[in-house]
This record gives sequence, structure tokens and C-alpha cells, in this order.
Amino acid sequence: MSTLESRLPENSAVGKLPYRGKIGMACLIIAESAIFTIFVVAYLFYLGKSVSGPTPGEVLETPIFYTICLLSSSLTIHLARKLLERGRRTGFLALWLVTVVLGALFLYGTAQEWHRLIYEHGLTISTNLFGTTYYSLVGLHAFHVTAGLILLTIVLLFGLAGRLGSEHSARVDVLSLYWHFVDGVWIVVFTVVYVLGR
Amino acid sequence: MRIVETIHKADWPAIVSRAAGVALLLVGVLLAAGLCAATPQDHSVTSIFDSHSTPADSIRQLSLFILGVTGLIFLVVFSLLSYVVVKFRGRAADKEHEPAQVYGSTQIELAWTIIPILIVVVLFLATARVIHAIQDVPKPAEAVQVTAIGHQFWWEFRYPGFGVVTANELHVPVSDPSHPTPTFLKLLSADTDHSFWIPQLAGKTDLIPNRVNETWLDPHETGLFFGQCAQYCGTQHAKMLLRVYVESPEDFQAWVRGQQQPANEDAREVAGRRVFERTACLNCHAINGTNGTGRFGPDLTHMMSRHAIASGAAENNSQNLRLWIQNPDSIKPGSLMPAMKLSDTELDALVRYLETLQ
Amino acid sequence: MSSDAIAIQTAETPGRPWVATLHEWVTTVDHKRLGVLYILYALFFLVIGGIEATIIRIQLMYPHNDFVSPQVFNRMFTMHGTTMIFFVAMPILFGFANYLVPLLIGARDMAFPRLNAFSFWLTAFGGILLYFSFLGGSGLYGAGNAPDVGWWAYAPLASRAFSPGHSSDYWTIAILASGFGSIATSINIIATIISMRCTGMTLGRMPLFAWMNMVMSGMVLLAISPLSAAQIMLLVDRYLGGHFFDTQAGGSATLWMHFFWIFGHPEVYVLIIPCFAFVSEIIPVFSRKPIFGYPVMVGATVCIAFVSMSVWAHHMFTIGMSSYANSFFTITTMAVGVPTGIKIFNWLGTMWGGKIQFKTPMLFCIGFLFQFLIAGLTGIMLASSPFDWQLGGSYFVVAHFHYVIVGGILFALFGAFYYWFPKITGRMLNEGLGKLHFWLFVIGFHLTFDLMHIPGLLGMPRRIYTYEPGRGWETLNFLVTIGAFIQGIATLVFVANLIISYFKGTKAGNDPWDAWTLEWSVSSPPPAYNFASIPRVSSRRPLWDLKHPEDPDSHYE
Repeated sequence: MSTLESRLPENSAVGKLPYRGKIGMACLIIAESAIFTIFVVAYLFYLGKSVSGPTPGEVLETPIFYTICLLSSSLTIHLARKLLERGRRTGFLALWLVTVVLGALFLYGTAQEWHRLIYEHGLTISTNLFGTTYYSLVGLHAFHVTAGLILLTIVLLFGLAGRLGSEHSARVDVLSLYWHFVDGVWIVVFTVVYVLGR
Repeated sequence: MRIVETIHKADWPAIVSRAAGVALLLVGVLLAAGLCAATPQDHSVTSIFDSHSTPADSIRQLSLFILGVTGLIFLVVFSLLSYVVVKFRGRAADKEHEPAQVYGSTQIELAWTIIPILIVVVLFLATARVIHAIQDVPKPAEAVQVTAIGHQFWWEFRYPGFGVVTANELHVPVSDPSHPTPTFLKLLSADTDHSFWIPQLAGKTDLIPNRVNETWLDPHETGLFFGQCAQYCGTQHAKMLLRVYVESPEDFQAWVRGQQQPANEDAREVAGRRVFERTACLNCHAINGTNGTGRFGPDLTHMMSRHAIASGAAENNSQNLRLWIQNPDSIKPGSLMPAMKLSDTELDALVRYLETLQ
Repeated sequence: MSSDAIAIQTAETPGRPWVATLHEWVTTVDHKRLGVLYILYALFFLVIGGIEATIIRIQLMYPHNDFVSPQVFNRMFTMHGTTMIFFVAMPILFGFANYLVPLLIGARDMAFPRLNAFSFWLTAFGGILLYFSFLGGSGLYGAGNAPDVGWWAYAPLASRAFSPGHSSDYWTIAILASGFGSIATSINIIATIISMRCTGMTLGRMPLFAWMNMVMSGMVLLAISPLSAAQIMLLVDRYLGGHFFDTQAGGSATLWMHFFWIFGHPEVYVLIIPCFAFVSEIIPVFSRKPIFGYPVMVGATVCIAFVSMSVWAHHMFTIGMSSYANSFFTITTMAVGVPTGIKIFNWLGTMWGGKIQFKTPMLFCIGFLFQFLIAGLTGIMLASSPFDWQLGGSYFVVAHFHYVIVGGILFALFGAFYYWFPKITGRMLNEGLGKLHFWLFVIGFHLTFDLMHIPGLLGMPRRIYTYEPGRGWETLNFLVTIGAFIQGIATLVFVANLIISYFKGTKAGNDPWDAWTLEWSVSSPPPAYNFASIPRVSSRRPLWDLKHPEDPDSHYE
């Protein structure tokens, strides 16, 4: 309303407000953290309470290699994003591809581990409390990795089609924030399941 | 002039409906108080203020204190609200001038922050004392020990010290304050969550599967006290009723002795006993001395010593027994007792047999 | 006015095929349209939930009544609670937030309009799925029907063993879906408020409505998520053979309770805080004074948000926690009453020295103050663990929370309707009908919910389809039901008012209440783009500054 605008004195602007995509992603991360917290609490609460069946100490093998894959993908995505900001498209695409591959490797590792647990040790989600809480927690995380990978692949495809430029770096930044979150969750899950829980 | 104006312009409808609300509240409280004044023997009105046992007494005293404090807060704030609504009524003639625009006052806001904090501290200290007094009381050696197991939709009571198993109607000795003989109950559940609540004797405690809870009561006078399940447990949660018979020590011992006897062996009712043993009855029910050792339903060894069947849903008489066995849904629809589909002869024999189980 | 001239006529254009209008509404991403959709959706379910309540009350009018079977009764109270919380209260509050937040902060729309639309339709789907349960799903013993496990779906009652069929699944999936919708809307609200305020509107200058919806949205992120997690766990138990709440496999029934109430308690603050927002906008305007103590109001709200995350186990005082745990939750629950109580004083302080206009929005706010006070005090009673050992799980609790939800939340909502209906539709609600609605509702409300406390004190547990005569509960239950009918009539008056006024109400103009926040600076209804140019503000009450250039708020803040 022009009347409102002209009558009021010029005042100091509020200042540049944060990018709404980033705020939105931060809120999503907060909500997702709450969901994961509940699964972690259930896992910790039920440690040692299984009435029968295999225990964590008996069957779990620490997935060091695949953890390194996932955590380094955080580094590569961070570098990729920085390159895109500066308009270095090829570099961005290369690092982005590496990120996708590392993430896919992690998922492969999870699949391999589950295959071993199910077929060699007979541990399924319905075996006992450990089975239920383990597959739910690790599975929920893997689901989030999968969702992230799908989004990363879409971006990769856009990039390969030559559609991405430095003007998209803010949005890519939002996606990389999600990926960092997924990695952060893995650090917690890894600690709880493979370090504390055994 | 100003007073007349104020009265004339006051928003009487709003004030009257406020006052009506308060009046209704007061009427309600008086009603409740009146209802508490039930005759000494008749405890059918299970008011939490009509306490007859130490835990219930402690809670009553605490609750009266809390009611007093909150009542006071209500009066203060309600008076403020009424005053504001009457005094600061806008007058039509005065519409042109806005009142003084006041944005806040640190002093006032500090005062009305600190006072509530102090009130909270007082209420908390009073409460914490009672929590510990009830929950952390040591169990005396003379306590009667009962294990209560909640089922859908009946109560199992075991007295491990006496070797007694019964259902739905709890017998406890009266407790003399100088030589207390409280009853301690261990609370378990066979299926879903339940809650044991006899308002005149104690607060409620839940029965949760895979968990052991404990509660206690020490009734100060003999009589019959009522209660029921207080945690929704399924279709017939409403009819999972409780009866607690508080008896003199002699009467209690007599009852225990009666319950300890094996089942009555009446040679005339062999046919009925055969029906019990040869149909599905003994899958769920136990009768001491027969082949029936089922635990899914109540123990029937001394079922005729109980006032009601189906956990209080019907009085224990021939007609209801017949109805319950043939068509439980007519008494307690959704209970887990199946319709037994007996012939009339079988039913007659069975009921006659059951009626011998004193 | 430039904004009027640019307003594009859409639905009002005569001769426009109704299919085109329908298509526009179904595909809209405009926050105002979505707000109206949420509100209409919620009003529809309010009536349905009210019918369920009426069925419950008729059944309880007499002891051993057989108006409905126990199975139907148990479905009724489950559906009533679930509907009212998830498909009435949440949507209607999100509806008002959606409509008003951008207008109040000088923005043109929410931060993520398409996400906004998605959230609405996801929530709407949830409600429809829940009600489909009445028709769909077969199971053992006719159990495949509407859920009957109570709106908390306690374990192990909701497990496969005790709830065969699909009734509990409808409950779980419907709420899971609408929960994601709620989380998405909250993300939208927070991003909008943080990133899209107009020039000059610092966080310290935005209306309390915006602050409170931001806090509420933050709580949704932290509170709904545990419920979603718990429901996923329940689905794992029911469908994948999991043992999260399987007591036979060593699982814990109380774990479900903890997870549910970590959601359940903050949820009730999620519901009441936007109502604080309504009241904080309406009372100043009808007292003709600014809100008393704006900074403390913000601080108290944030305080409530934090403390309310630590009180949840006061719903579990009877499960046999240690005396230390019981004491802890007693003190935190009583503590959260302090910032809440302070607000009542701030509202009274706003009215003090003012020139109160007793129009319908203000009447409902005064009712809110009175009733919220009482509800808070019965809450303090329930906060005391031993007192709760008697009162918990009884009709005293039912009376308490209905006092908050109907006496507090619904009254504030009615006030909001009367206040903002002119802005949304361009017409005033009829003042005479409004006052009739108010009085009838007050009488019915107090008859029902004042008296309802007493059966609780006399030992009547909740969730029972019938009760024994001779316990002193009969007369009270009868009168409670009469009050329910009166409230039903009052609600019909309200609905009639809405419909009649929509077509025949007096035209409202931009600013019928002589108010001070930005939404009253645009036409009623606002144009699709809200503001012709983004406003510039220099105080909390931009229109006050405009109307009183000799004494603007910016001099005092």
C-alpha cells in the first residue's frame, strides 16, 4: 500500500534474511533428528533385554570401510558445492559423481551385512528385540541414504545435461546439508550399535 | 453519577453468565460434599474424600490443601477479571479518545512471576512428602501379601502365603492403627494394561504385562468397598468390577480357611462334574480336586462364596449362572467366555454341580 | 485504493463454470485458499466429532443404557478423540496460521507454496483414510472396523494379538500421514517467518501471532516426530513381526507410553499456543491498548515450549514409576504452570485501564480467560502425583482436558472466527447471532464440564460404556448430557451464522475493528498477491503509527 510506505520514516532495514531453503532444511533436520532419537532410545533401552536369539556381540562386525566411504562423501559433496559456487562445472560434476558412488558403496555394504546376518546367523527383524531394534534403526538410516542418493542422482543428471550453474549453488547447498545430516546420523548410529552396544 | 453509570453500562450478560458459572461450580462442590456424607456402612458412593485407609487418607489431606490453594488463586484472579470487565467498560460517547497506551511494567511482571513460583514450591514440597510417605513405606512383617493378576476382563487374586486362589472379590483384614496389618498387593497382568482402583482405600496403580507393580492398603474399618478397572483394557473394560471385603481378623481367617479347603465333593452332582470335566470348561477354569487346571478364566473352586459372577457384571444366582454359561454376550458382550452350547440336561446338571462349590 | 483496483476477479466472475472454480481450489497453492480449505475441512470434522461425542453422552445418560453396544461405544470414544485432535484442532489452527502469517508479516505467500498444498492434501487424506475404516477392512470377529483402542492406542492393546483386523492400522497410517503433513506445514511456517518478513519488521516487532505460531511450529517438529517414530515401530510390530512393544518377547508396554506422551504432552501446548496467539491479537484491539508486556509474552511462550518437553510422564503417574520420577514430573508440570499463568496476568494487564468493547470476539476471549484459568488450576491438581493417583484415568481428567480444549481452545477459535471472518470473506458475522451463540455455548459448556469433574471425584473411570447404579453418578451424567445438547445447538447457531453472513452479512471494508496489524491494511478479502508493494514498518503496530502519526509506537519501543 503506497500510503503506508510513504508515510513511515525510512528506517534501518531488517538486514538480509536467511535463505528460506536453508531454514526449511534445518527444520526438516530437526524433525528427523527427533525421529532418529526415538529409535536410538529404543535400541539402547532394549540392549541386553532380548529373551533369546543372537546378541550384538555374537554377530555384528564393525563396517569400518563403508563408514569411511560415507563420511568421506560428506567431504566430497562439500568440495563439489564450493566448486559449483565458483562456476567450475566439470570439477563439481566429478566430485558430485564421487559422492554418489561413495553413497552407493555404503548402501551396498549395508545390504551385504544384512545378507550375512540373515542367512548366516538367522537374525531377522522378528527374531528378537535386538533384531527388531537393529534392523529398524539401521534400516531407517539406510532409507534416508537411499532418498538422498535419489536426489543426488537427479542433480547429477541435471548437471550432466548442462543445466546447472553457479546460480543453483544455494539449492545444491540445501541438498548437501541434508547429506551432511545423513552422515551425522550415521556417526551416532555407528557409535550406538557397533561401539556401545557390543 | 459515575457509579450509576457504571452499573447502568456494565455488561450484565457477561457478568451474569460468569457468576452463573461460579454458582454452578459451587453447587457441584456442595453436591459432592453432600454425597460424601453417606451412611457409615454403605460405601457405594466411592468418593475419594470418603477415605478409609492410610494412603487414601494422605491423599485426601493433600488434595484438600491443594484445593484450598488453587481455590484461593481462583478467587483472586476471578475478582481481578470481574473488576476489569466492569470498571474498564468502554463508553459509546468516549470512542474518539484512545486510553493511555501502556506497554508493560517490569515491577508488576516480576511480582506476578515470583509469587506463582513460590506457590509452586510450596505445593511441590507438600506433594513430595506424600509421594514418599505412600511409595517408600517399608512392608511390615504382619502384612498380608496378595498377588493380583489382571485379565481381560476379570481379576485373579492369589494369596501365596495361604495357598489361596480366588477371583474378583478381594478379602482383607481390617488394620488397627496401633498394630497395623496392611495388605500389600503385587500387581501383574496376563494380557493388556489394567488399573486397580478402590477410591476409598488407595490411589490407583496399573497392572502392566511384563512389569511388577506394588500397592498397599490398610483399611481402618470393616465393610464392603467398591472399585473397578481404571485403564482401558478392551471391550468389557467397563464391567471389570472390584469388590473388597474388609473383615475382622477372625472373619478373615475363617474366610481363608474356607478357601483353602478342596472343592466340595457332592456325590449327587457327579453328572454335573462330568460335564465340567468333559467339555471345554476345564481348558479355562480350575476346580481344586478335578482335572480342571485352566488359568485363563477364574478359579471356580469356591465360586459360590462370591457375591457376583463375571467380575461383578451379574449377581451370583442360578438364573444368571445358566445365562452366563449359555450366552455370556447377554450379560457381558465381548467378554472372552465362549457360549458353551450345552443341551438343557447338561446345563442343568452343570449348574447344580457348580452351586455346590461353596 | 490501489490494492482494490488490481484485485483480479476470479470466482466472483458470473457465468464461470463451477468446474473451473473447483479446479482452481483443488490446485491452489495460495496460502489464503489453503487456509480456508483447512478451516472448512476442520469444521466438517468438528461436526462429525461432535456427533460421536453426542453418541457417547446419550449412552452414558443412564446406567446400563443400551443405546449402543460396547464395541460401538469404544469406537466412538477412540474416533472422537482422534478426530478432534488430528483432524479438527491441528488443521484449523494450521488453517488460521496459513491464512494470517504471511499477511501479518507483510509477505505475499508462505515460503513453500507447493509444499503447503501438499501438506493440506496429505492431512486431508489422513482424515478420509481414518473414516474409511468404518467401511473397509475385514478381520476376525468383525474387528475390522473403526479403531477402538483409544486415541493413545496403548500397547499391547494395539498389537496384533489384541487388535486383530485392520482397525488399528487405519489409526496408525492415517495419523502418520497427517503427522507428516503437520511437520511440513511447520517447516513452512518457520521458514516463512524467519526469511520473509517485510522491511523493518525485526523479530521484536512482529505480531505475537507470528511469534506464537513460530514457537508452536518448532514444537511440532520436536513433538510429532516421536509419535511418527512410535507409529512406525507399531507397524513393524504388527506387520513385520517386530517386538518393540511385545511384552511376551521382553518388550515394554511402558516404552510406548513414554514415546506417545513425549508427543502427547507437547501436543496440547501445540494446540493451545496458537489460541494464545488469537487472544493476544484480539484482546488489545477490543481494549484499545497494546498488549501488556510483549517481551515477556514472547519469553513465556518460549519457556513453555521448553519446559513442556519435560513433563510428559504426568500422564503416567499410575504406572508404578519410582517416587523420584514421580516427584520430578510433579515439579516440572507445576513449573510449566508459571509461564502459562503469567500470560493470564498479561492479558488482564492489557484490559486494565482500557476501554473494553464487548463485541463477540471479545466475549469469547473473556470466556477463554475465565475457563483457561480454571483449567490451569485443575491441571495443577492433576500435577500432584498422589492426587493424580486418585483422579487420573477418571472423569476428572476428562473434565480437565475438555475444559482446556473446549473452554480454552474452542472459545479462542470462536473469537478468531468472529474477528477474522470479515477479513477472509469481506462480510461481518451477525453480532446478534454471535451473542446468542456465545451465551448458549457458555451455559451448555458449564453445565457439562463443571459437573463432569464430580463423577471423577466419586470414582468414575473414563472409557466405560456403562456404569453401575447407586454410585452417585447417574444424575450428574444425565445433566452432563443435557449440556452437550445445548452446546450442539449453539454450534448449529454458529454454523448458521457462518452461512447466512457469508451471503448476507454487512460489508466489512478493510478495517472494521479499527485494528493495528498489517492484515487490516489490505482489502477484505485481500487480493491474491496480498500487498501491492511490500510494506515497511517501524513498530509493532504499523497501523497505529499510521492512524496516530503524532504518537507512534516507534517512539516507545
